[in-house]
Amino acid sequence: MSVDKDAFHEKKSSDLVEDAWAAVSRDGDVAIINADRRGPDGRPMHYRTLNALMRQIMLDEVKKIVVEGAMGQRYIASNASRKDLVVEIHGTPGNDLGAFLDGPTIEVFGNAQDLTGNTMNSGRIIIHGSAWDVTGLAARGGTIFIRDNTGYRVGIHMKEYCGQKPTIVVGGTAKDYLGEYMAGGIIVILNLNHELDTSPIGLSVGAGIHGGKIYLRGKVDQHQLGSGAIASPIADEDIPELEGFINDFEATFEIPVPRNWPDFMKIYPSSSRPFSGHYDPTCI
Amino acid sequence: MTAPKKKRGELEVPERFKLTIDHDLCKRCKRCVTECSYRAIAFLEGKIKPLGGCVACGRCVNMCPAHAIEVHQIPSQFPPHANFNERVRRAIMSQASTGGVLLTSCGTDIAYPVMFDEMLLDAAQVTNPSIDPLRETVETVAYLGGRKGRLEISDEGRIYLGGDPAPMVAMDMPIMIGHISLGSVSYNAQKALLMAAKELNILAGSGEGGLHPDFHPFADNVISEIASGRFGVTGESLKRTAGVEIKIGQGAKPGHGGHLPGEKVSALISQTRMIPLGTDALSPYPHHDIYSIEDLQQLISVVKESVEYKIPVGVKIAAVHNIGAIASGVVRAGADFITIDGFRGGTGSTPRIIRDHVGLPIEVAISVVDQRLTQEGLRNRVTVCAGGSIRSSADMVKAIALGADVIMTCTAALIAMGCRVCQQCHRGICSWGITTQREELVARLDPDVAAARVVRLFRSWNEELKEIMGAMGIDSVESLVGNRDRLRYFGPNSKIAEIMGVKHVGEGWG
Repeated sequence: MSVDKDAFHEKKSSDLVEDAWAAVSRDGDVAIINADRRGPDGRPMHYRTLNALMRQIMLDEVKKIVVEGAMGQRYIASNASRKDLVVEIHGTPGNDLGAFLDGPTIEVFGNAQDLTGNTMNSGRIIIHGSAWDVTGLAARGGTIFIRDNTGYRVGIHMKEYCGQKPTIVVGGTAKDYLGEYMAGGIIVILNLNHELDTSPIGLSVGAGIHGGKIYLRGKVDQHQLGSGAIASPIADEDIPELEGFINDFEATFEIPVPRNWPDFMKIYPSSSRPFSGHYDPTCI
Repeated sequence: MTAPKKKRGELEVPERFKLTIDHDLCKRCKRCVTECSYRAIAFLEGKIKPLGGCVACGRCVNMCPAHAIEVHQIPSQFPPHANFNERVRRAIMSQASTGGVLLTSCGTDIAYPVMFDEMLLDAAQVTNPSIDPLRETVETVAYLGGRKGRLEISDEGRIYLGGDPAPMVAMDMPIMIGHISLGSVSYNAQKALLMAAKELNILAGSGEGGLHPDFHPFADNVISEIASGRFGVTGESLKRTAGVEIKIGQGAKPGHGGHLPGEKVSALISQTRMIPLGTDALSPYPHHDIYSIEDLQQLISVVKESVEYKIPVGVKIAAVHNIGAIASGVVRAGADFITIDGFRGGTGSTPRIIRDHVGLPIEVAISVVDQRLTQEGLRNRVTVCAGGSIRSSADMVKAIALGADVIMTCTAALIAMGCRVCQQCHRGICSWGITTQREELVARLDPDVAAARVVRLFRSWNEELKEIMGAMGIDSVESLVGNRDRLRYFGPNSKIAEIMGVKHVGEGWG
């Protein structure tokens, strides 16, 4: 097949990155990018420039990339795959932060937007703030820690495979359709900024869930559950797993989490085959 | 998944096919009993006997060394009624027994009008010379990818590719083998399709579920797919292939998701799709990150970032009523190519209600999209790939003349491999080893033999394409794209012709 993949790559990155290197400084094995460096049009760095710069920098032996002054640039560190890499973001990254992420750690000092960790495979995303809608969509592995709240449709169609178990731990609350179509992995909602007698999650939670588990601290009513989802208090055997996530959360954000186990509930699938019996395979 | 066994005396749907065994010819070798994966034939009391449940897959007929078996369609067992026809009554009877949503597979078998069969091509006579493709060059190389670049001349007079060029993939003929996933078909079937694509230097779709590690050597001929379940999708897997297609819909089931039943999630499928063994693989109906054109733009952009702009990123949509506007949005969202799948397209499993009653015929969809994109000044930016029951080289030529750059076909390739279009794929016990994961059935399909048959089929189609282009006096397939003036409509509904932008037979060029 006559596709010259490298020719295009070189053209693109050299075009985009040429002037932008002025925004990059190096401190040992740390590279610092000023994403708020204004171009001639007075606008912050374009996402294509920022991402092309980051891809170039990742080819070097840097241990850490610090993005300063993030101004909503999308797709940051998408498909980054160096296991030992740390990406530190100050400001507000845009949508699809760490999409297809496979290994690195991303730490955001600020809020993240929609689609954080879209279809992520492995790695760790830490948000010192809130992460909004569709966080962790179709994630197959890795961990997303959110200090504050998260939005709608979080953890949709997360799945697990061969020892990979995606995890989302949220310090605050989540909205509707949490864990819809969930096929594996763990979501933990810690409800730290809320009263315990109100529910930290919205409606249609776990609709179509056929694998995985959602733990939450606080209440969940029957009417909040989607089809195929069941809620019950946690069992003793759930505690070690749950406590592992809580310890990790406390260590990450230095926020204490109360461990009164009767306050915790879990939501899980009624069956791993929710739609068997729905179809008529007779060939007429 | 097998049909539930019924007890005698229960209300049952009458048999459709009857096996006749010529006991004089029969050698009682029992080959047919072994071959029939539907258990429709048995050796009882010293004789081969049909048991019922025959689906006319033709495996026993083909394999019987004595040519002693025939399959016949049983004449209707129902009292005649043109309105409550047999098809309708069978559906009612079956659903009254099972209470389920009727499943089916392949493309729709309802006799809707086929506009391909209602159009005639032009040929060169006197005023423009025809070309002999055996002695002169007739170019059939086609390109898949964005067409955003333009030739520019520098101050020094150097010509270079400027604008915002996007990567393109060249293929030797304007044929793409559509997205048939490993899961819907067997390992050997997908291997054969990929081998054929490599041999022909064309593209084949991976289907949802990723590319099996054994098939990585074919990656340069594969368009990988991101469907709503994101099965098998990793950044690494996307980068490896020749292009990426975001699947929004499929012609046979527009708006519907996917449902690979747990029985079919074998170790092989589990490894490829990256899901646990034996669980249902459910693809959500929509992509939950795409509720608008702007959202689609985001997914296209993030995929382009992830593949570092090295390979084309396209979008596949099912042909639905508002296809023109949707296609326009898809192109504006940054797709390098757009794949349109007509409602007669095939599937490995779909609710029959959707397969038979939803969507647009591909002939109309191609011309509507081509006209709309042209009007909006977008057509020259993208590759339009069209499928949904391209059955022959004639359909291919007409689809290209209606406005497709590349055609996509699946069922034709499967028929070349042995498929008889018996519409039982969803049961997973294909006797030809194509749409099954059972090892003993999969082993029936020899990838080398099957690939060679697909290669011969598409080579012959390409030769026929050259023949017809030569007769039309066209020396490059790119000059045929959207050349609707070389088509004439010869059917009962001139409104359709008007919508397709095709003149009626008898109208000249003027």
